[in-house]
Amino acid sequence: MAGKIFIAIDRLTSTLDKLSAKIDLWVPAPLQTDKSEPTGFVPYHAGMVPILDRQSTLPPKKILLPQVETLLRFECRKDPQNPLKGSVSLDDKMEVRPALVFGARPCDVKAFLAIDRVFTSGPYVDPYYLERRQNTLFATLICRQADEACFCSSVGCGPADTEGSDFRVIPVDGGYLVDALTEKAQSLFDSPADTPTQDQEVQASQVVEEASNNRVGDLDLEGSAAAFRKRFEDNDYWQEMAAPCLSCAICTHVCPTCYCFTITDEIENLRGERLRSWDSCMFYQYTLEASGHNPRPSKLNRYRNRVGHKFSYMPEKYDGLIGCCGCGRCIRSCPVSMDIRQIVGRLKENAFESE
Amino acid sequence: MRVNKFLNNPYLPQLATVQEIIQETANIRTLRVSLDDKEKMREFVFRPGQVGQLSVFGAGESTFVINSPPTRKDYLQFSVMRTGEVTQRIHQLNAGDQIGLRAPLGNGFRYEDMKGHDILFIGGGIGMAPLRTLLLYMIDNRRDYGDIMVLYGARSPKDLCYTYEFQEWKAGGVNLVLTVDSEFPGWKERVGFVPTVLSEESPSPHNRIAVVCGPPIMIKFVLFGLKELGFEDHQILTTLEKRMKCGIGICGRCNTGSRYVCLDGPVFSYEQIKGMGEL
Repeated sequence: MAGKIFIAIDRLTSTLDKLSAKIDLWVPAPLQTDKSEPTGFVPYHAGMVPILDRQSTLPPKKILLPQVETLLRFECRKDPQNPLKGSVSLDDKMEVRPALVFGARPCDVKAFLAIDRVFTSGPYVDPYYLERRQNTLFATLICRQADEACFCSSVGCGPADTEGSDFRVIPVDGGYLVDALTEKAQSLFDSPADTPTQDQEVQASQVVEEASNNRVGDLDLEGSAAAFRKRFEDNDYWQEMAAPCLSCAICTHVCPTCYCFTITDEIENLRGERLRSWDSCMFYQYTLEASGHNPRPSKLNRYRNRVGHKFSYMPEKYDGLIGCCGCGRCIRSCPVSMDIRQIVGRLKENAFESE
Repeated sequence: MRVNKFLNNPYLPQLATVQEIIQETANIRTLRVSLDDKEKMREFVFRPGQVGQLSVFGAGESTFVINSPPTRKDYLQFSVMRTGEVTQRIHQLNAGDQIGLRAPLGNGFRYEDMKGHDILFIGGGIGMAPLRTLLLYMIDNRRDYGDIMVLYGARSPKDLCYTYEFQEWKAGGVNLVLTVDSEFPGWKERVGFVPTVLSEESPSPHNRIAVVCGPPIMIKFVLFGLKELGFEDHQILTTLEKRMKCGIGICGRCNTGSRYVCLDGPVFSYEQIKGMGEL
């Protein structure tokens, strides 16, 4: 059976120090040295204290899908024999190092299962994402900090969900009980580890049970996909829902399941790179065509697309998979306090009257 | 540390060389290209209507239909209207220049299902490009298809592409109806917008498949016109265009509803796209 260890609070840093010698370690921590907020996942360095008492402002999405990454490098040349001809050489080598993400929450980890379907289930497989995915382990914190914006249980996740996790990290008195869940996870936290006491084990299972029984959020998604399709052309509804939206795209930026990207070239002195960068469907330019035509010209169209993508298009395309992990980050970060739960929840109101 | 060379990276273009460039109109150029890997060029299999991503390294990638037919494989042909950054750079290419190509992508036309039918092509401006590949395929397999009519319109005679081929199309048994938006000195063909000329011609929907491509506004009114003539939704095919990036159904950009134009399209029947909005 999978091994268990106890990490006392005062030994957390030394344990992480040892781990980081074996593997690239990512932990939640402040993103700026002089401020406690915002937080996000950063490469661990010796002596660092991870923030485990609250959800990180930004999810660990960038660890598998970097905000900017190089897809290829190219070099353009002139043929010395015939200067009218330009030639090119390409190189798509990439480096992937084994990594461990310590302290992500069940919602954060669940979100990758949605991205997995898009990036790795075909017909085309994204090799950059897949390589990182296969080389990254997740030590997931059982979550006891759900707040008013959280709704993970509404979207098929939950505070004790371990799907996609290689370890679960259970907060107990005086430290954390770390429980290996997968084959890949076994060898990582080896000697000289503290075996948990009987009491700690009992307490850990109580924490897990309590978290498992905690239903976070009361959004009922039954029938929402059908209601969305029904409501698609109800412009009054979308006008009202999208009215406050500033098209600032923070909701997609902080979203652990939003994965849309753009591809651009950068070149300097005949050498350059093709880059992949996060993009957002909230931007007017996202769908703007060179001709000037834009299939989603207004924020009504764009907001409707975001809701549709997560709660109707993805479920339709991927066997009911919801493109939302219920982490609540879009709600917390929205400058005009838009709440996707209300917008999705209200889809069903009167939506079937016209039948 | 691991260094990994992908054997099958769908983002990695194949290198190709521009063989020839044809200036079609003031802002449209046709490129004839072939893959540098001769074996891959020989083995290159595609359907009419499938697209390719052309790369000019340093400027980026854009999607264009392969407008030559699979029956003519001396080169792969793309017609490019100069409208943005990448197309500007494509227009600066010379014969002999190396570019990148990711192809074939998308679904293409199901020409097998069209056998034995009469065909009506309706194209506007650069929208003739995706029709050309299917048209030439049908000309090369002429006996498999019934009556073929092409209704092709542009703003002015100077904005028509492939004018040097019109004789060949006619010789291939195509009823070619050309129209321009307004009178032009020396123009002897039809004058008027494509939807208007369509209702004047009023081809019978009986056993006929209509294949439509052009600017969104033309498509919109041609669809009305075809419905008025009695065409059923499944008898109308169109190829859609969207801003695309990955071309392989991942980046999330070119969807209408749950379908991606790059992967599930660009060819759709009107039955499939009706009510999807955001076209």
